[in-house]
Amino acid sequence: MSILKGNGKKIIETSIKAIGICSILPVLGIFAYIIFKGVPSITWSFITDGPSSGMREGGIFPVIVGSILLTIGTIITAVPFGILTGIYLVEYSNDNWLRRIINLTIVNLAGIPSIVYGLFGMAFFVTAIGMGRSLMAGSMTLGIMSLPVIITATRESLLAIPKSMREASLALGATRWETTWKIVLPAAFPGILTGIILSVSRAAGETAPIMFTVAAFYLPFLPESLSDQVMALPYHLYVISTQVPDMPQSNMMGTLFVLVFITVGFNLLGAYIRNKFRKFR
Amino acid sequence: MDMRKIKNTFMKHIIFGVAAFNILIVFSIFFYVFTNGIKFFNEGNIKDLFWGKTWIPLSDLYGFLPLLAGSFWVSLIALGISIPLSLFTAVYIAEYSGKKTREVFKVLIETMSALPSVVLGYIGLYVFSKYIRDGFGLNSGLTALNGGVLLAIMAVPTMVSIADDAIMALDKSYKEASLAIGANKLETIVKVLLPAAFPGIFAGIMLGFGRIIGETMTVLMVTGNSPVLNAGPLTAVRTLTATIAAEMGEVTTGDQHYYSLFALGIVLFSISFLTNTIADHFIQKSRKNIS
Repeated sequence: MSILKGNGKKIIETSIKAIGICSILPVLGIFAYIIFKGVPSITWSFITDGPSSGMREGGIFPVIVGSILLTIGTIITAVPFGILTGIYLVEYSNDNWLRRIINLTIVNLAGIPSIVYGLFGMAFFVTAIGMGRSLMAGSMTLGIMSLPVIITATRESLLAIPKSMREASLALGATRWETTWKIVLPAAFPGILTGIILSVSRAAGETAPIMFTVAAFYLPFLPESLSDQVMALPYHLYVISTQVPDMPQSNMMGTLFVLVFITVGFNLLGAYIRNKFRKFR
Repeated sequence: MDMRKIKNTFMKHIIFGVAAFNILIVFSIFFYVFTNGIKFFNEGNIKDLFWGKTWIPLSDLYGFLPLLAGSFWVSLIALGISIPLSLFTAVYIAEYSGKKTREVFKVLIETMSALPSVVLGYIGLYVFSKYIRDGFGLNSGLTALNGGVLLAIMAVPTMVSIADDAIMALDKSYKEASLAIGANKLETIVKVLLPAAFPGIFAGIMLGFGRIIGETMTVLMVTGNSPVLNAGPLTAVRTLTATIAAEMGEVTTGDQHYYSLFALGIVLFSISFLTNTIADHFIQKSRKNIS
């Protein structure tokens, strides 16, 4: 008798259910820990004050500002570029060499470890171009890292728009660009926006690509130009939890909570927009 | 010519230019990582690098083996945990759970993949390591096991969602035919659905592996940072990625140590290129199977 029948079946099916349900326990545990230990560490002054006493006291205001600036920089570098590339792939190309090469490179760029992007940013933006460790070098490194996700999201959303919409617009005498800009892009917008939000949430949480391109160990001032360094949440969490002795736990958990709040929050927002959009179709 | 036509032609050229510029970006990533890394291979004997048993940059000893051993142990543990866990979970949410449970699982699993790697690193450093230290009676819980467990948590979302998609994408007729000739539900899953969904499941495993091997901050924080060849699950190790992150800050641009880290970058790049190409191949294959 096969083990897939009778008692064997019962045992295997019970373990599928047990293991299936248990697989979410780590997430629940981690989130419970973050919320119970993190929330009490958050005070108004922790968000709005600068760090003091070698980062052991005070707040993380410049760190939050640094992360926000980096995120804006990433969006500026990656979003227009990624959307235009996606438009090229779907609206402006046949099955030509350029489209095939771009599709191939997206697959591989998406898999490159983030630390390799860090190496590239260090060798290219920081050293070869001479930007030095700066907001600009960090934003561009994160931007290039985010490109594959934005291009893929744009491509898939555009592909989902029925051909008849384009044909109707072209038949009425609109040019290719007018059709793309006024008909196709608005219809594909929710999908593209989801892709942008998800990739930005990933970029905001990354440490490896910014370690050598922008992040400052301790810099309690706000940046004045694009060539200044900034502090950033993920790198700051790494620094205070491994490099600073006698760091109070409340400070670390507070930083961790703000970081998770931003990245997971962005992610849930992306998922919400996507689901809402699905219901409309 | 009227303005609309001019604008149309102008945008056509802009879009083509942007698309072509992508190639330049990819080329420069290759170029800058590879030219810097190759300078390192030029100076040293390649055999010494790949078979060298010690990594002590201060004494000019750049053997890759201890770092490969670190990455090997961490990946082995992470895969050993995440593959069975993901497979069971995917089968559970695709075939056994109710619709509501499935949706809750999907959201939780997606949220898990949004956790930044430093956050998992922190949890490993201040929470998990204590349990591992006390559970195995060690001096320190910062071991390959700690890193492996955390990376498994990180790889599960990728593996589950792709395996689940692969199972759900199968045509209903597979299941119905199997049940109709008298197979029970479990037999149908094991003998019909899983083999048919195999290309997709395998692609998910490869992408999960890509995440494991490329993950940097978590392993840097929790595996004890000790590049030794004689490693095991319960010893401190140092992975390829963690070595780059730990040492890049202390090198001088242009010396042998600086180039050696780019050489590690080439190794990582090659592994991820291979992994992705294989995964992509299997994803294409599973799409063909379905249609």
